[in-house]
Amino acid sequence: MNQMKHIIILGAGTAGTMMANHLHHHLHQPEWKITIIDEREKHYYQPGYLFLPFGIYEPEDIVKNITDFIPKDVELVQQKINRVIPDQRMVQLANGEGLDYDILIVATGAKIAPEEVTGMKGPEWQKSVFDFYTFEGALALRNKLREWTGGKLVVHITEMPIKCPVAPLEFAFLADSFFHEKNMRDKVQITYVTPLSGAFTKPKATATLEHLLDEKGITIEGDFAIEQVDNENKKIIDYGGREIPFDLLVTVPTNKGDELMARSGMGDDLNYVPTHKATLQSKNWNNVFVLGDASNIPASKAGSVAHFEAEILTENILRFIKGEPLKEEFDGHANCFVETGHGKALLIDFNYTHEPVEGTFPFPGLGPLRLLKESKMNHWGKLAFKWIYWNMLLKGRHIPFVSATMSEKGKHYTETVSQ
Amino acid sequence: MEKMIAGKPITVNEEGYLTNFNQWDEKIGEAIAAEANISLTPRHWDVIKYLQTEEKNQVPLSIRRVGKSGVVDIKEFYSLFPNAPLKTATKIAGIPKPASCI
Repeated sequence: MNQMKHIIILGAGTAGTMMANHLHHHLHQPEWKITIIDEREKHYYQPGYLFLPFGIYEPEDIVKNITDFIPKDVELVQQKINRVIPDQRMVQLANGEGLDYDILIVATGAKIAPEEVTGMKGPEWQKSVFDFYTFEGALALRNKLREWTGGKLVVHITEMPIKCPVAPLEFAFLADSFFHEKNMRDKVQITYVTPLSGAFTKPKATATLEHLLDEKGITIEGDFAIEQVDNENKKIIDYGGREIPFDLLVTVPTNKGDELMARSGMGDDLNYVPTHKATLQSKNWNNVFVLGDASNIPASKAGSVAHFEAEILTENILRFIKGEPLKEEFDGHANCFVETGHGKALLIDFNYTHEPVEGTFPFPGLGPLRLLKESKMNHWGKLAFKWIYWNMLLKGRHIPFVSATMSEKGKHYTETVSQ
Repeated sequence: MEKMIAGKPITVNEEGYLTNFNQWDEKIGEAIAAEANISLTPRHWDVIKYLQTEEKNQVPLSIRRVGKSGVVDIKEFYSLFPNAPLKTATKIAGIPKPASCI
């Protein structure tokens, strides 16, 4: 090769950082240069947002510098991007500079868009209406919970898809636990409001989770498609006219892909990039690949998914460079700890075709983790995950015994395939 | 399982959604609508035809997309198919219940 080729990664969050760490082992100068672009300076451990409001984690546990995780031979450009021009294979920075690429990896994530619902970001925002999907939101909610004396707590999902679809349930479980410990559980009514018919999207997990909600005295209101937040009367109202009053609303607003994808004409109606679900190649440009929350594939928007995708995408990019056919290998594998409060958690492991079921993980028949059952061991697994994230996951290290594609061993399936 | 709808044996899943769109016709749609206490007007049919076209083109269905389709806004969608409009409307249309993205 007479000219150095260029891979650009957009976004230095969980997915982009992992790709930089994978690829720099395989692609070296002078043949290849790797650049990662992100205007931010801080890397946030997003699973920690769930624990921040309850004082389980402190801010310093979940914030580090982006530079700590980018390999030295990868160039980090901390600049705002104006837009991507995929037909010209170019990223145009806000300062006017254009960066040409041979391969583009989109890892721009998803963010909350409370402005999508009338009144959500109204006068009560961060007074009695909170999110916990941002660092600022989770911190403001922590301060609120420290002084709150009780009443109606409504935990609410605006619309699917959202990042980490179990997080709002976990929030409800942890809130139950939190108010118990503060000896004020009897002063708090907890209601879980969802646009889905039940607690989760998959039948077996839904049954287990609804049982837990019931056990903890949490009321579930399903099929609720919110139209507006009524700030004055403190209630949420759906399109069918159903009203649910609150004293404290903890909502997960609409999630959308990055605005950059809209500006660049690369996103769908929610700014997610249309992507082949098995290869992670863009549907519109064959030298563009997408991983993590930025894509429109029907997998969970979660760090574990990005981790499994990164292993498969690295191989596919190397194949693409060699002109070999891509592997259609990604199966939608997700692996999520679900905090259930009182020092326990359950674990779910699933993919595009197999719903979460009971069993053991990662060793069939042995565990030590139990699937779809509450245990203290699972809770310790969830807390240990923070260390794994900072020290192994971001650095692109393989997690021992956990494969990128899902294993069916040690799991109690009644039918082989579910919807 | 099989269910008699509008006098014909139709294959449906446990929630009553047709599993084979080829078995659907407007009479079937009307019968399923009647079970949900809905009598179909031309506005209902506009929405049903739209949903069937989207399904045929493999576009994932959501209330948001229906609301932005230009066919019907969300308010009217709710008044046509009360409570859970997308679930009710897809059942009447003979297409699968939309899998909300996880």
